[in-house]
Amino acid sequence: MTMDDTAAGDPRTPQPVLSVQNVSYWYGDKRALDDVSFDVYPGRVTALLGPNGAGKTTLFSLITRLFDAPSGRIEIDGRAASDWGFKVLGPLGVVFQQPTLDLDLSVRQNLRYFAALRGLARRDADERMEKALTSLDMQERIGEKVRALNGGHRRRVEIARALLHSPKLLLLDEPTIGLDDPTREAIVRHIHDLAVADNIGVLWATHLFDEVESKDALVVIDKGRVVARGDVAGIEKETGSDSLAEAFRRLTGDRVEEVAA
Amino acid sequence: MTFLHYVRAFRGIVWRELLRFLQQRERFLAALVRPLIWLIIFAAGFRAALGISIIPPYETYITYDVYITPGLLAMIQLFNGMQSSLSMVYDREMGSMRVLLTTPLPRWFLLVARLFAGVLVSLFQVYTFLFVAYLCGVELPPWGYVAALPALILTGMMFGALGMLLSSTIKQLENFAGIMNFVIFPMFFASSALYPLWKMREGSWILYEICFYNPFTWAVELIRFAFYQKMNWEALAVVAGCTAVFLALSVWAYDPSRGIQQRKAMGPAGG
Repeated sequence: MTMDDTAAGDPRTPQPVLSVQNVSYWYGDKRALDDVSFDVYPGRVTALLGPNGAGKTTLFSLITRLFDAPSGRIEIDGRAASDWGFKVLGPLGVVFQQPTLDLDLSVRQNLRYFAALRGLARRDADERMEKALTSLDMQERIGEKVRALNGGHRRRVEIARALLHSPKLLLLDEPTIGLDDPTREAIVRHIHDLAVADNIGVLWATHLFDEVESKDALVVIDKGRVVARGDVAGIEKETGSDSLAEAFRRLTGDRVEEVAA
Repeated sequence: MTFLHYVRAFRGIVWRELLRFLQQRERFLAALVRPLIWLIIFAAGFRAALGISIIPPYETYITYDVYITPGLLAMIQLFNGMQSSLSMVYDREMGSMRVLLTTPLPRWFLLVARLFAGVLVSLFQVYTFLFVAYLCGVELPPWGYVAALPALILTGMMFGALGMLLSSTIKQLENFAGIMNFVIFPMFFASSALYPLWKMREGSWILYEICFYNPFTWAVELIRFAFYQKMNWEALAVVAGCTAVFLALSVWAYDPSRGIQQRKAMGPAGG
C-alpha cells in the first residue's frame, strides 16, 4: 500500500529539500532498497519509520554519498548527487546512528574540527558553537572530553555539530537509540522546534512510534520498500487503524514485534 | 567551495591528527623506543664488527650508527604510515570517518589531507629521534637536518600512501595487524637500511635484487643523500613515482562502505 503525499503538486508547496526518486540498492545479491521514493520539505520533520533491517541506514548512506546509488535519483536542495558530486553535501547536516565523535578530544575540539571541515572561520565557528550548545543545554560541558560525557550528552553534541553550518536538511539516523526517556523526549522536542524555527527539513529515521508527532510527514519502510507515505492521520485512516502502532502492524504484518511502542 | 574552505579544512584535519597524536603518549614512546633500541643496542654491537667503506654520499669513513640512522628514520616513517592507516581503518569501522567523508569536498583532497597530517606526525617523531640520537653521539652534518626535511616529507608521503593503499584493500580491522607484519619487517630487512647494497650483493645475488627493487631502499637512500646535501636522482624518481602510484591507487580503491557492506550482506543490522 502506498499513499502519495497530499502536498505533491500543490503550487503553494515549497520545493523539497530532499527528493529521493526510485532508488534501489543491493548488498551483493541481497536487495536492501527497492524503488524507494519520497520527498522531505523545509520546516517539517519527516519520520522514516521502519523495523530494524528495513533499509533506513542504507538509505542514509546513499543520501550522504557514502554509498553510490546504482539506480534512481537523489536530489538535495534541487541538486542531484549524480550531477553535482560532493557539492550536494553542502546543505546537509547528519547525525549517524553510530557515534562519530572523537572520544579523546574535548567537545570544543570536536566541534572546531567539524567547523573547519565546513570551511567556517574560527571566530564564526566559536559563536555558532556557543549558540548550538546553549540551545541544547550543553554550553558548560564545552571543555570536557567527550569520553567523560554520558550517551545523551554525546548525542546532544552530535546534534549541535550537525547544526553548526546552518544546514537546510538534517538527517537523523535513530538519534535517540540507547537513551533514557527524558533525554529522548528532550531531543525529540528540540528537533521539532528547530525544524519550524529555522525552516530546516528533517529526515528522522526511527523505529519508535512515540517519536512521531501528529504533524509530521511519515514514510513507512519495510524490507526495503516504502509501504506507506503521507501524514499520520491519513495513514491511520487509510489502514482503518486507531493508532500509528496498529497502522504499522497492518502495513508490515508480523514484523511489528521488532518495533517498540 | 572556496579556496579558503580547502585551506581551513586542511588545517582542521592536520590539527586534529596532531591533537590525537599528542594525546597518545604510548604511541609516541613506542615510535621512539623501537629505533633507539636498534641504534643503541644493535648498532653498538655491529659497530665493531662491521666497517662501512667509503661509498656515496659519504666522503670519509663513518661509524655504523651513522650509517643506519637514515634507515631508522625511514623505519619510523614506515611504522607511522602503517599506524595512520590503521587509524583510518579504525575510524572507518567506528564511524568517525563518515564525518570527514560527508564534507562537501572531493574525497581525494580529504584523503591526501589526512595523509599529510600523518606525515607531519612522522616528522615530529623523526626529529625527536634525531635529537636523542645526537645526545647518544650520532652526529650528522648540521645542515643535513634541514636539507633532509623535503626528502623526509616525500618518503613520509610514500609510506603513508602505501599504508592507505593497504587500508583500502582490507575489509576488516582484525586483518590489519597481519598485513602490517608482512609489510613492515620484510621491507625494512630487505633494504639498504642495515647494510649497503654492495655488501648484500656479495652475500646473495637474489637478496640484492630484492633489496634493489624494494622502494624502502630508495627512501633510505634519498634520506641518506639529503643529509649530506646531495641529490640521489634515482632514489628521488623511485620514491616520487611510488608515492604517485600508491596515492592514486589508494584514492581509487578507497571505499568507506567496506566492512559495512560485508556485514550487511551477511545479515541485517541496524536500520
